Amino acid sequence: MVTKEKMDISQQKRDWENNTLKKTLDKSPERRERFITTSSRPIARLYTPTDIANLDYDRDLSFPGQYPYTRGVYPTMYRGRLWTMRMFAGFGTAEQTNERYRYLLEQGQTGLSVAFHLPTIQGLDSDDPMATGEIGVCGVAIDSLADMEILFSGIPLDKVTTSMTINAPAAILLCLYIAAAEKQGVSSTQIGGTIQNDILKEYQAQKTWIFPPDPSMRIITNILEFCTKKVPRWNTISISGYHIREAGSTAVQELAFTLANGLTYVQAGVDAGLAVDDFAPRLSFFFDSHLDLFEEIAKFRAARRIWAREIRERFNAEKRGSYLLRFHTQTAGVSLTAQQPENNIIRTTLQALAAVLGGTQSLHTNSMDEAWALPTEKAATIALRTQQILAHESGVANTIDPLGGAYFVEALTDEMEEEVYKYFDRIEKLGGVVEAIKKGFFQREISDSAFRYQRETEEKERIIVGVNEYLTDDRLEIPVLKIDPEVEKTQLARLQRTRKSRNNNKVEQLLNRLQKAAEGTENLLPHILAAVREYATVGEVCNALRDVYGEYQEPIIF
Amino acid sequence: MTESERKIRVLVAKPGLDGHDRGAKVVARALRDAGFEVIYTGLRQTPEQVAEAALQEDVDVIGLSILSGAHMRLFPEIMKLLKEKGIDDVLVIAGGIIPEEDIKPLKKMGIKAIFGPGTPTTEIVEYIRKKIR
Amino acid sequence: MTIDTNQLVKELLKGNRRAAARLMTLAESMSPEAHAAIKQLYPHTGSAHIIGVTGPPGSGKSTLVDKIIKEYRDQGKTVGVVAVDPSSPFTGGALLGDRIRMSRFSTDPGVFIRSMGSRGSLGGLAWATYDIVHILDALGKDIIIVETVGAGQAEVNIIQIAETIVLLSIPGLGDDIQTIKAGVMEIGDIFAINKADLDGADRRYAELEMALGLDRTSDGWEHPIIKVIATTGEGVEELVKAIQQHHEYLVTSGKIKQNQERRFCAQLETIVEHSFMRKLFVDPEERKLFQKLVQEVCERKTDPYTAAERLILQLIQPQDT
Ligand SMILES: Nc1nc2c(ncn2[C@@H]2O[C@H](COP(=O)(O)OP(=O)(O)OP(=O)(O)O)[C@@H](O)[C@H]2O)c(=O)[nH]1
Ligand SMILES: [Mg+2]
Repeated sequence: MVTKEKMDISQQKRDWENNTLKKTLDKSPERRERFITTSSRPIARLYTPTDIANLDYDRDLSFPGQYPYTRGVYPTMYRGRLWTMRMFAGFGTAEQTNERYRYLLEQGQTGLSVAFHLPTIQGLDSDDPMATGEIGVCGVAIDSLADMEILFSGIPLDKVTTSMTINAPAAILLCLYIAAAEKQGVSSTQIGGTIQNDILKEYQAQKTWIFPPDPSMRIITNILEFCTKKVPRWNTISISGYHIREAGSTAVQELAFTLANGLTYVQAGVDAGLAVDDFAPRLSFFFDSHLDLFEEIAKFRAARRIWAREIRERFNAEKRGSYLLRFHTQTAGVSLTAQQPENNIIRTTLQALAAVLGGTQSLHTNSMDEAWALPTEKAATIALRTQQILAHESGVANTIDPLGGAYFVEALTDEMEEEVYKYFDRIEKLGGVVEAIKKGFFQREISDSAFRYQRETEEKERIIVGVNEYLTDDRLEIPVLKIDPEVEKTQLARLQRTRKSRNNNKVEQLLNRLQKAAEGTENLLPHILAAVREYATVGEVCNALRDVYGEYQEPIIF
Repeated sequence: MTESERKIRVLVAKPGLDGHDRGAKVVARALRDAGFEVIYTGLRQTPEQVAEAALQEDVDVIGLSILSGAHMRLFPEIMKLLKEKGIDDVLVIAGGIIPEEDIKPLKKMGIKAIFGPGTPTTEIVEYIRKKIR
Repeated sequence: MTIDTNQLVKELLKGNRRAAARLMTLAESMSPEAHAAIKQLYPHTGSAHIIGVTGPPGSGKSTLVDKIIKEYRDQGKTVGVVAVDPSSPFTGGALLGDRIRMSRFSTDPGVFIRSMGSRGSLGGLAWATYDIVHILDALGKDIIIVETVGAGQAEVNIIQIAETIVLLSIPGLGDDIQTIKAGVMEIGDIFAINKADLDGADRRYAELEMALGLDRTSDGWEHPIIKVIATTGEGVEELVKAIQQHHEYLVTSGKIKQNQERRFCAQLETIVEHSFMRKLFVDPEERKLFQKLVQEVCERKTDPYTAAERLILQLIQPQDT
């Protein structure tokens, strides 16, 4: 509703435009005809109360820790506790990573995070021909329980929590973790941690899928069900916009697709007969923070509001914990430039600022060289210091949602929310997220945005310092990641030993049982757990399922 | 044979296990818009698959895109296979995350150009035009 | 660049895939060398079974071709594939992605896959496609599969090339009944309903049955309708059986002769027509004459008929103009 007073402001704005502004524009036009964000969103010259005329404080913003949580999920936010400064690491063999973990734990860290090498991520054993050259390169090599035992040897799994970046074979790695804990005498109800387990964004952006979407969704539902009953402290899905954004989407696409994926998981859980309040509190989010400060802040604020509303209104959830969109943020790897690499520190600072002003629960700040190599120690330290300076020196953590009420930020938050709902409608019309994936909808949207971004950069419609303007010869020398050839040898030898020493008849039997279950409707996790306990490998379990489900073929979208 | 019918054919291949195809696809699209015929192999191709596709498609150029870090294992293998198949006259170029230290050995084995992150697509188009005409 | 076509043909006939690929490139650029080569290798063609797979964009043609290759490979037959995708009418560029679906065969020496952009210049596509099929045939492939988009609307008219045509449709496309009525049906020897895992496959089956009507078997061939799921391979065995039966039917009924006439008549027409057209539009001398005559018609110095007669005469018996 437009009140009398607000009409006056729009009248006043017109007056200003016709008198004050026009005079200036006549004399000296603006720098550009069109001002756009990183996501190619046009931005107006000025925002005034007329732009938020429809804003209803109670309905749209309310107070921190209160529905719809636009201003923050907790009542005190960073005045109570700062965000978690979580930096992600891990390369090499199980032995090397284990050593690193023990060191970190000695230093007082309580959470571990695991990055797996690509063969594990793709559900392949290290001796698969496709694994050539990839063993232990982008993360730790895990083929079987034998590796998992080494990875966590001497680490009490009832005391630490572990975050595993794993998607297509997430069920298998979770079972391996449970089996490793059992070996320590720790039961599945005592362990805590996270698996990324967000397969939908794999089809849309990250592209490390194995099975087609329908069986993948069934496996995820099995995980939700199994964890609710058997692993109650486990965070079952980390619904990730990060990879969607890094693949080239706009901010609004990241937001819309991620939320649509999240709602799809919730619907799948509900359809499987789970009560929404039993599993929704165990879902969390993972977003990118890119360069356009206000757009990013608006994105995070809109995310909380939409999620709370959808969970409450669509799914009739009743628990407060179900409404909360809690999220981890990583600064945008794609925004880092090899040219004048120190500039990346400043980029990362701005992105971290956006995440904090947007109310993130935890944050990873990229090192200036992180997009190309294992960060140097110095670079990693600066990245961490960036967060500490924001937390302790900048003053931004002193008050909650400092930009709440700003004409621009509120207008942008509303605008993005509106656009998200438009995407929801389009996705709905295509038959939902899974069908839209099969039709290549997300892939096309993302690819078009990536292409447009590239074109705008090449045509200098956007300036990237050191890349298309202010050039120098200063370039990051991408260092070589030296992976000891021993890593491959050790891994292959251990895999061979495992295959020899285990009870192969039993493994075969259990894999057959798993296949039967996969053909039917039983929960797969008890069967996977049984197989990995007997040292069935990641590749073998995946192959058993590949036989039943086939491998996904993506629609070809450029 | 008339100029208009002489089409430059480019194989855009993604060896390695990673799924990061943003760069490969942006380049593929730019090459198409430049009037080239681009044959895309899809993700996760073995060296043998790349070399054989290049042979059957009789391409003028092979563009390899890799971000997994396995290039020093996979690229030499591809170059060796091209030689074995008698198609080492194709122009091979690469893009992705390739450390400085690896560039020299890769060039020595016959990879003619390596385009680092942030290379404008127009530069790649011009390079190919210059080399192939 | 001088090309030793004799050498290439010799190598091709020995089974050299590299030579085959080279010749295909020449054929695609309509080079005289290619046409000379085809003359030489032609006696070595004629034994392959040429199958057309056609259907709307995204209907699963490539995925299905992959499964058909598998069936034939299991039978010990060798397979050649020509996959045609549209080129951009503006830039002439193309993104060819059909191989992706068949990549498990890219290292199988018994399979040869070639992607083509439709390019769309002066009937070149159909012509080049014949040539590439001949080259695959001479290379000794038992089965040659040609994948093209659409049916009827595509520039390459599949009935001029393939002996057996598999027409693909999928459930739930609105396009169809219209297309069916428009006579596209006549070109299909076998109707495959792909994506039978989706809703509406039965309805599509009934629609097709209806559209085909009573005279479905009037020519002695039953025009089977087969439901398949290309992604899993379900129904493909039956489909391949039908393809083989169709071939047998052509041979035993003697219809193969009509089939050949149909194809070679079209091929000959294409070659003649486009040889003329190309001369007219590509050869600079002829082009000059053509433009001059256009001017003369404009200025009413002559009439279109006389002008055309002069052009035709010039093409047959070139004289200095
Ligand atoms: N559900 C389902 N999807 C299928 C089936 N067959 C193919 N697809 C999917 O349909 C999409 C297109 O498949 P393609 O084989 O590339 O189709 P095409 O007809 O060759 O496409 P163009 O060459 O681009 O015209 C892919 O995502 C396939 O996975 C099927 O039987 N069922
Ligand atoms: Mg196709």
